[in-house]
Amino acid sequence: MFNRILGLLTASLAFVFISAPASAVTPTEPLWPTLKVLYFGDKAESIREDANDLLVLEAPKRAEDAAIVPITIKSLIPQTADKYIKNIHFIIDNNPEPYSANFHLSPDLGLINITTRMRVDQYTFIRAIAEMNDGSLHMVSRFVKASGGCSAPAGKDAAAALARLGKMQIRMRKPTIGEPVTAQVIVSHPNYNGLQFDQASRRYIREHRVTNITISYNDKTLIAVDTGISVSEDPSIRFTFTPTKAGILKADVKDTKDQAFTQSKEIL
Amino acid sequence: MHRIFLFFSALLLSLLVSCNYEHKDENNNNYPIKKVTEGIYYHQGVHQDASEDNIGAIANVGFIIGERCVAVIDSGGSYLEGTYLRQAIKTKTNLPVCYVINTHVHPDHTFGNAAFKDDNPEFIGHEKLPAAMASRQDFFAKVFKETLGSAYEGTEFISPTRTVSVNSPLTLDLGNRLLTITAYTTSHTDHDVTLLDNKTKTLWTGDLLFMGRIPVLDGSINGWLSTMDELQTLDLNYVVPGHGIASDDQWQQGLENQIRYFSTLREEIRVIINDMGTIDDASKQVGISEQNSWELFPQYHRRNVTASFVQLEWE
Repeated sequence: MFNRILGLLTASLAFVFISAPASAVTPTEPLWPTLKVLYFGDKAESIREDANDLLVLEAPKRAEDAAIVPITIKSLIPQTADKYIKNIHFIIDNNPEPYSANFHLSPDLGLINITTRMRVDQYTFIRAIAEMNDGSLHMVSRFVKASGGCSAPAGKDAAAALARLGKMQIRMRKPTIGEPVTAQVIVSHPNYNGLQFDQASRRYIREHRVTNITISYNDKTLIAVDTGISVSEDPSIRFTFTPTKAGILKADVKDTKDQAFTQSKEIL
Repeated sequence: MHRIFLFFSALLLSLLVSCNYEHKDENNNNYPIKKVTEGIYYHQGVHQDASEDNIGAIANVGFIIGERCVAVIDSGGSYLEGTYLRQAIKTKTNLPVCYVINTHVHPDHTFGNAAFKDDNPEFIGHEKLPAAMASRQDFFAKVFKETLGSAYEGTEFISPTRTVSVNSPLTLDLGNRLLTITAYTTSHTDHDVTLLDNKTKTLWTGDLLFMGRIPVLDGSINGWLSTMDELQTLDLNYVVPGHGIASDDQWQQGLENQIRYFSTLREEIRVIINDMGTIDDASKQVGISEQNSWELFPQYHRRNVTASFVQLEWE
């Protein structure tokens, strides 16, 4: 549902940004009061802020490299069939498109421990909002300072990124059945957000980015992510799960050109 | 009436300020130019982050004088620095500026371009420089308007009018003085060029070489390390790095330091990646032995680790 709304919201946000003061580097007007209504509508006022008893959000104090900012979300209460985090919404207030990702989570995940990488354009709040299976919303946030100097959110080597488009890796330490293991899914993708310029054609490259990453174990979805334009080049999802029996860990990736990429790994 | 008075006071003040700048310039107090060798001069940038106080003059910028005209290599970190550089050239020669070479897109190397528009020069850069500029200029404008304050005023993004391709160096003639512009595969950025003055065997490296100031990776760690190996084999008399002192006898050590820095990073990051470590682990552990070797280490080291990490994951 959030994906469908995204287009509409981007349009309305453009308006917000145009009406914002010209110096947008360190915005003085907090955007959050506007953003929460845009993204959560009637439920905006019910969001429980500072939900530090449920979630821990880790991000560097400063976006060292504006193009790659690792962001980790951990839950403090294990997922159970009765009570679990159904979604985690990531919002980066001052990015061109603040709504950055929606993680759909399985009740089988145990304790949530997920790291991904985002582009961070400027001084901003980064927020993770957990949506429980009962519909309640719980938020944690961190302030991240912008990177110094010439660090731009643009990619460093567009040609290299394009050359290995679609290449995937599933990495993990040797897993033991019944014990939590950390795995990482990476897909090589330039994740063009429509702001990059192509010299040969003298035109802006059309948006070409990853839209979904689905990670499953034995055909049961563990994590499905709807990714926005804030996600870094070569999207990466690092997560913890417990394989309860031998099986296949699989990752499926889709992009805006309807290209599909897949990779799997057997756990014995 | 009161408003008119204020307006004229402001006008008078701005005139005083601008006269003051010119005065300092003529005496070269504010913007010293050092001679590298015959006909080659540079202004050495300070090892700081760009600010209104240092007018963005943090990189080495300079010029080479031929019998016919002058080549400018990197134009300054703000329009204001560009005008200082233009005036410094006038103190050495009345010949026109026929080429402005931008070694890469970063603001400290390109923001002075507009100060040379009146000379109507050819702007020269890597074939990928226009794309790099187009994709970053909105971001740079937004950030550096605030960072540089009044020094930013007049800054324009001027793309090259002539580009250089990898494997086909460009030769420019300043009048009995031949320059060779060489384009590289992804190193410090994906669009670095160097300039060689054939007469004196002086190499202007752009940011392929940082001396004293910690190098910043905005390209490829593996690519840069192989480019540094290539640079080591060159037969040169003088080297002007992108940052730090120009010399005939210190650059060899500078290059070795930079190779050591990135080799250390690469080696230590590979170990962490193989052990399923994270970017965060790496930025806490990697390259600690290097921390006293570089200025601005706390500001840029973690960034280098982060950028290298995501590249080395694909080896």
